[in-house]
Amino acid sequence: MSLTNDQLQTVAHLARIAVEPEWTEALRSDLNGILEQAGRLDDPRLNDLEPMAHPLDQVQRLRPDTVTETDKRETLMAGAPAQEQGLFLVPKVIE
Amino acid sequence: MSQFAIPSGWEVVIGLEIHAQLATRSKIFSGASTAFGAEPNAQACAVDLGLPGVLPVLNEGAVRMASLFGLAIDAEISRVSSFDRKNYFYPDLPKGYQTTQLARPIVVGGSVTVTTGEGKQAREDTIRVTRAHLEEDAGKSLHEDFHGMTGIDLNRAGTPLIEIVSEPDMRNPEQAVAYARKVHAIVQYLGICDGNMQEGSFRVDANVSVRPEGDETLGTRTEVKNVNSFRFLQRAIEFEIERQIDLLETGGEVVQATRLYDPDRDETRLMRTKEEADDYRYFPCPDLLPVVVDDETIESWRAELPELPDAKAERYQSEYGLSAYDAGVLTSSRATAEYFEAVVAREGADAKLAANWVMGEVAALLNRLECEIGACPVPADKLADLLERIADGTLSNKLGREVFEALAEQGGSVDEIIEARGLKQISDTGAIEAMVDEVIAANPGQVEAYRGGKDKLFGFFVGQVMKAAKGKANPQAVNDVLKRRLDGD
Amino acid sequence: MSTSDTPQRGGDAALINASIAQLRNGLSAGEYTVADLAAVFARRIETIDPSLNSLVSRVEPVEPASSTGRLAGIPFVHKDIFCAKGTRTTCGSRMLADWVAPYDATVHERLTQSGAVLLGKTNMDEFAMGSSNENSHFGAVANPWDTNAVPGGSSGGSAAAVAARLVPFATGTDTGGSIRQPAAFCGVTGIKPTYGRVSRYGMIAYASSFDQGGVIAKSAADCALVLGEMAGFDERDSTSADRPVPDYVAGLDESIRGLRVGIPKQWFSDALDPAVGDAVTVAIDELRAAGAETVEIDLPDADIALAAYYLLAPAEASSNLSRFDGVRFGYRCEDPKDLQDLYERTRSEGFGSEVKRRILVGTYALSAGYYDAFYRRAQKARRLITDHFQRAFEQCDVIAGPVTPTPAFDRGAHSADPAKMYLEDIFTIPVNLAGLPGMSVPAGFVEGRPVGLQLIGRHFDEARLLNVAHQYQQRVDWHERMPSFAADSANDNREG
Repeated sequence: MSLTNDQLQTVAHLARIAVEPEWTEALRSDLNGILEQAGRLDDPRLNDLEPMAHPLDQVQRLRPDTVTETDKRETLMAGAPAQEQGLFLVPKVIE
Repeated sequence: MSQFAIPSGWEVVIGLEIHAQLATRSKIFSGASTAFGAEPNAQACAVDLGLPGVLPVLNEGAVRMASLFGLAIDAEISRVSSFDRKNYFYPDLPKGYQTTQLARPIVVGGSVTVTTGEGKQAREDTIRVTRAHLEEDAGKSLHEDFHGMTGIDLNRAGTPLIEIVSEPDMRNPEQAVAYARKVHAIVQYLGICDGNMQEGSFRVDANVSVRPEGDETLGTRTEVKNVNSFRFLQRAIEFEIERQIDLLETGGEVVQATRLYDPDRDETRLMRTKEEADDYRYFPCPDLLPVVVDDETIESWRAELPELPDAKAERYQSEYGLSAYDAGVLTSSRATAEYFEAVVAREGADAKLAANWVMGEVAALLNRLECEIGACPVPADKLADLLERIADGTLSNKLGREVFEALAEQGGSVDEIIEARGLKQISDTGAIEAMVDEVIAANPGQVEAYRGGKDKLFGFFVGQVMKAAKGKANPQAVNDVLKRRLDGD
Repeated sequence: MSTSDTPQRGGDAALINASIAQLRNGLSAGEYTVADLAAVFARRIETIDPSLNSLVSRVEPVEPASSTGRLAGIPFVHKDIFCAKGTRTTCGSRMLADWVAPYDATVHERLTQSGAVLLGKTNMDEFAMGSSNENSHFGAVANPWDTNAVPGGSSGGSAAAVAARLVPFATGTDTGGSIRQPAAFCGVTGIKPTYGRVSRYGMIAYASSFDQGGVIAKSAADCALVLGEMAGFDERDSTSADRPVPDYVAGLDESIRGLRVGIPKQWFSDALDPAVGDAVTVAIDELRAAGAETVEIDLPDADIALAAYYLLAPAEASSNLSRFDGVRFGYRCEDPKDLQDLYERTRSEGFGSEVKRRILVGTYALSAGYYDAFYRRAQKARRLITDHFQRAFEQCDVIAGPVTPTPAFDRGAHSADPAKMYLEDIFTIPVNLAGLPGMSVPAGFVEGRPVGLQLIGRHFDEARLLNVAHQYQQRVDWHERMPSFAADSANDNREG
């Protein structure tokens, strides 16, 4: 399975990562190398196995519905690239 | 009431997706408060902001509330459900993915009965629910201008939601609205959602498609978003039906897309087409483990279920002898039912009289003041006092209405108002006999004519006596005395 | 903190090679103060680290929260993936180059409550993606044994710092070998506990279902002491295991007589550098000499494990790293013209090429139409590998083998071919797929570069791993060897 340039651009857009032309070829061959390896997964022994999402078969623990957090806006927003009146600022969002 | 009608030859297919914010104290994956109206980002903790390194822990209350809804609609509660990530970039989505349930939702199946039309046109339909799953709400983008930038408030981010997905079982706007209203009533009866549509605690998206009558295959559907009232829901669907049918009849075709309803223009606007839709790259959330609920827990939740709208309506009919329609109206919202029940709780209350007043005077007053029944200026106990005075003959219905208006305007107690305004009705026979005799004495001609067979004149005498009594005479007593005096000797 | 009037002149060499237990004794006996100890190691960091680049930040030592804790007064450094409130936490990335963590990781809370004293944050492959520490925004790290060699990765800074005796111990994280491989390359002892044993809260995620925090120190005994303080249930991490933490130190001295050690025959194939194979074989003979029995076991399908890992980990990463969007924290590109531009430039400029590569692979693996062929298939492979281990542990108590196919390679050796670089992890990745505990123990040298012995245990069998490693270290002195230039610097310090 090999990745076309268009596919690469689509994936790059999904990931919001710009792939500069000069990087495209190298990247494509890197990705194709990895996808080649993925061919090993065609092994028929895998067919009937239960997919494994977690190393341990534990179940989700539930948190009691209580408010434990207090307003830490000052601290938490200290690292914000752009803020005003307690809001994070981003370029205009057009709906 | 709109005069909309589906053009003949066409069939409409509607399915609804309802997002209901769960009334938990804390968020679905963090201990931050969910209270509405705090300072921007004051209720967004490290987890809600998706800071590097933070992790989610599931709120027991959210699981319980979602399950209560499932039990209320006879759905199956998944013994094992799980969370997936829906990946897309948007400024109000802090982590770059929404944690939701795709593969294994907590609630599967179930159904809701809806009634549309009145009297002879009344019909009942069962609308099937496909699933209801837990997910986290996103934050809010504030579009008012910050020198060309948009502001992001993440207080709402992480508020628990259930998304309730219906089957495409609805065939007209009325049904769709009735279904949405019924779900709205159920979540409020359960106390799992405040149902506030303006604040967005209860949001409805409609999937609408049309097809020539008799066609088996579904037409291309559009999803209509941003309807924040039942009236707008009705209008949005009506508009979409007309738009789609126009398109098809003029040789055009419907494009699968998401459209926004604009209440000011009363139209739907294209938001994005399917082609533009993101590839969400769903996969199981590795930070959360399978959610397991055992039968014992489910039974304990079932025991919590309150009396639900349908059961209540049944009881109103059997216990109070109300009509199906009246029972339906009175149980349509939890608040209305609570008001009505508070009124009839009064010793010796007349349920039918109470029903008429709640659906008549009270409803009219609320309409006029555009307020919720919970905030009715005439509280249930005052109405109960008033109905008591009508029942014991102190007030006629007409005077009752006057007292009701007074209560609505300046409050006070029923009896004070009756006293102050001298509205007490005259039932004392002696006084009425005196007035009747005066009237007879004053109108010898009419008495002649009446006795000569002009029965119609009876009303004239009643009117005269009432005039003399300034309307406060007990009509029944007046009739009796007049009859005796005129027909007697 | 103030140093005492009589600083330990000339004592440095002894202190820097002392075990944590010995340092604790020295402190409680009043031979030196907490401040003296901090000063000794701070001085080494100052003089030696410039030639290593193992740290990205230094932290002013503060008075420990406890004077009685098992780590009271013991200096340490964090892999810069752990959040420590008020300290810069970069994850080796330009994306977080100036980000100051506003909260504490659970691991940091526990270590400081036990009295440990933070001296700095260590260099690492960006977002823990790498096996050579060459993928760091803050530059490559030199291997103290041979400055032309890589220290391994992604916890390369932590391994190098401990090897150079800049601190008694360092934290690390291991997603596909990121503690064990650098420990092996730097000749230090490292343990990656069972998945769920150490809280991931406040540990910046790479691949959530693989990431596990652990310890890098000079010896198994030191690892046991530190892990005991780090490990344990955390209600803030849904994947944290709710079970008691045994006293790892108490179990160290147990005999390993009769212990069944499994030797995976597939791991001693031509993929393995013969010299490394010999060193590992000699180490296994030592275990036998200590009374252990060895049994040959089957651990096939390493290639399938590798293929699965390099789909699953990037897939999780592609989602975990979406939060780095320039909106709420971290790097943001210069005056973005619109939202799309903000996202694309911020992420393209903020992430290094290996991180972007893995994000793109993961995004592709999850994208519509490929999920079943890649992600789901890889999850099935994960099951296959886990089953192999389960079967193996029916025949043995621990598994012993190499950590890496080769000793530390030269900087730049693999940078041309990422797929080749990925082969470095062939013996470590299967352990992460199964969530098992694994250790790397110094087991000799090949051409002056250290070789590691890997020990793998059943889920939550850390105590036994540490016991075996400790018993081995009672019979050999590989873990006590110190890189010469670190030793020289110690002497320099002594004279100066």
